[in-house]
Amino acid sequence: MQMSGAQMVCEAIIAEGVKTVFGYPGGAIMHVYDEIYKQEGFEHILNRHEQASVHAADGYARATGEVGVAMVTSGPGFTNAVTGLATAYMDSIPLVVISGQVPSQLIGTDGFQEIDAVGISRPCTKHNFLVRSLEELPRVLKEAFYIARSGRPGPVLVDIPKDITVDIGEFEYPDSVDIPSYKPTYKGNKRQIEKAVEAIKLAKKPLLYIGGGVVLSNAYKLVREFVEKTQIPTVETLMARGVLGAKNPLLLGMLGMHGNYASNMAMSETDLVISLGARFDDRVTGKLSEFAKYADIIHVDIDAANIGKIVEVDYPIVGDVTEVMKKILEQMDDIDTDRYEAWRNILKRYDELHPQSYVDSDEVIKPQWAIERIGELIGEDAIITSDVGQHQMWAAQHYPFDRPRQWINSGGLGTMGFGFPAAMGAKMAFPEKTVVNITGDGSILMNMQELVTAAEYKIPVINLILNNHFLGMVRQWQTFFYEKRYSETDLSFQPNWKALAESCGGIGYDVTTKEEFDAAVKDAIEQDKVCFMNVIVNRFEDVLPMVPSGGALFNMMLPQKIDEEGK
Amino acid sequence: MGTLTNERRVISVIVMNESSVLARITALFAGRGYNIESLTVAPIPNSDMSHITIATKGSAKVMEQITKQLHKLIPIYKVVEHEEMVEKEMVLAKFPIAESLADISVLASAYNGGVVNVGKEMIIVMVADEPMRIRHFIEASQRYNPCEIVRGGVVAIER
Repeated sequence: MQMSGAQMVCEAIIAEGVKTVFGYPGGAIMHVYDEIYKQEGFEHILNRHEQASVHAADGYARATGEVGVAMVTSGPGFTNAVTGLATAYMDSIPLVVISGQVPSQLIGTDGFQEIDAVGISRPCTKHNFLVRSLEELPRVLKEAFYIARSGRPGPVLVDIPKDITVDIGEFEYPDSVDIPSYKPTYKGNKRQIEKAVEAIKLAKKPLLYIGGGVVLSNAYKLVREFVEKTQIPTVETLMARGVLGAKNPLLLGMLGMHGNYASNMAMSETDLVISLGARFDDRVTGKLSEFAKYADIIHVDIDAANIGKIVEVDYPIVGDVTEVMKKILEQMDDIDTDRYEAWRNILKRYDELHPQSYVDSDEVIKPQWAIERIGELIGEDAIITSDVGQHQMWAAQHYPFDRPRQWINSGGLGTMGFGFPAAMGAKMAFPEKTVVNITGDGSILMNMQELVTAAEYKIPVINLILNNHFLGMVRQWQTFFYEKRYSETDLSFQPNWKALAESCGGIGYDVTTKEEFDAAVKDAIEQDKVCFMNVIVNRFEDVLPMVPSGGALFNMMLPQKIDEEGK
Repeated sequence: MGTLTNERRVISVIVMNESSVLARITALFAGRGYNIESLTVAPIPNSDMSHITIATKGSAKVMEQITKQLHKLIPIYKVVEHEEMVEKEMVLAKFPIAESLADISVLASAYNGGVVNVGKEMIIVMVADEPMRIRHFIEASQRYNPCEIVRGGVVAIER
């Protein structure tokens, strides 16, 4: 069928089954926007900043597991999108970002709004394309979606010069993709899997260490089955919260810098780490020479480069967690779960010794209380996004996550301003679910213009602002490591949050007591409108436990113990 | 090969011929802090692929990461990092015509080369040999006051 390049872009998006595209028009991408105006195959959301468009597409992708799509213009439109690309890249999120480029004949002349998009995005995309001709456009679009979602997923940029969107040519969307140089490995090596199974059966203190790869691979049911069958204690990374479900007695919690005592001690004492889709991030390992010092390591990862990158691995298995887990499960029927009984008891004692706790207060709302409370109020069905900082860690520690894709946050890059647009993306994908962005008074301002977008399109996400009038995480480090010199972290000067939200067409709540908190959450769900819930929490609350940067996991700063009277 | 020593290694990379594939490789080396000692690239006859030879330095662990990270690049078809490589490098050297031409000629032929051009003021020799021998040639040639030496970078093939 004959059509313009712009039309091909729309047809490809429709063919890929994408229901919502987030973007912002501009000179170089105008022809595509003209076609978006004419079509009915997908909805377009006009964010008020390109960074938010990419984060929204990212939230959509994380909530659904499908490829998210964002569209931006050349030059500043593209550069604004870079943070979004990098965020998705670090967490392996499948995105296709389409950017306009100056006309082919202008490339290299420093034309108006020209920037080398493929050059800039090279280190923060899985792959990128500068489209050279109309003939290759259908294939490039098909490959972009394929590369984004296959293997270890990631964002792909397609940079399209304006003249190519105007030109008219034959469109036939390819059915399949054949890239001879790109063949991801899904099935793990049979022999390696057998060896790993043997190691599991011989271990005395095995520990399952699960990461975001389990979420990406949609392998949570298999992982739950494995844990059920083997009764092996489990720790989750920040990216894997929800995989096992908060109620699972074998879940020790989150490990790492702000992991709980039992998780970090388990990693320090285990004799066999079974790592599924995790990449031994420095925020997880702490001091490497002390990390899992007594353990052999099984590492299952679809990305061979992750294996052996940080720690020496004894049983490397390159493959998709789902495929490998199926094979492992087949060989687990004769597992002797009593074998790990002593180990489970040790860990149980650790958890009783230092449970994940905080000291509540009647005078002021504690941020941890707010998170536990919203968990009780909105239940297991809600989707929780977060920004980056103390609130993110408290949410990861205290929210009762029950399923994967319920918890959406920027783990790898740590992008402040991610939560609100990501929540909008998730809400577009699941309009029937309550979506809450747990954020802070620092982070929320980094994409607050999205109030207007959310109000216009009636995307009712709740922004729960845990307001401590500080850039809290940096403040915490300044308290611990910089002798309380609070350099540029005091946010005492604040907007009128309620008025700010209302001026943009949303709702605002100022909350200072627990009663007000409950009432505000109830009202926010009933009103079904975007809102800012300004919750004043105590200023100097710290995220604990904490492993100081570069320290060994077992050297934790722990919260005050609560005695029997609750003191 | 030691695990911590900074050993020189040669990596052979087969890539699809498409724009910016070389930029992807050099950006990967720069971005992850790996060194490139020399790099050569040329199309493979009768195919849509090119052969890139990279000489680099690093520990075994770094080498493993380099090959794995290279392999992750979409247009890279094959990465070979092997101890059994036949390596050759070419060098062109220019000497003043006043120097002993016979000596220079003998030197060049001793290193698998010869005189390729003689002008009014200069004589140019070409030598192709193993990288180590190329270094020796360059050292030996110093006494004839070379005006200019251009090294071609390593090309390698699996044995």
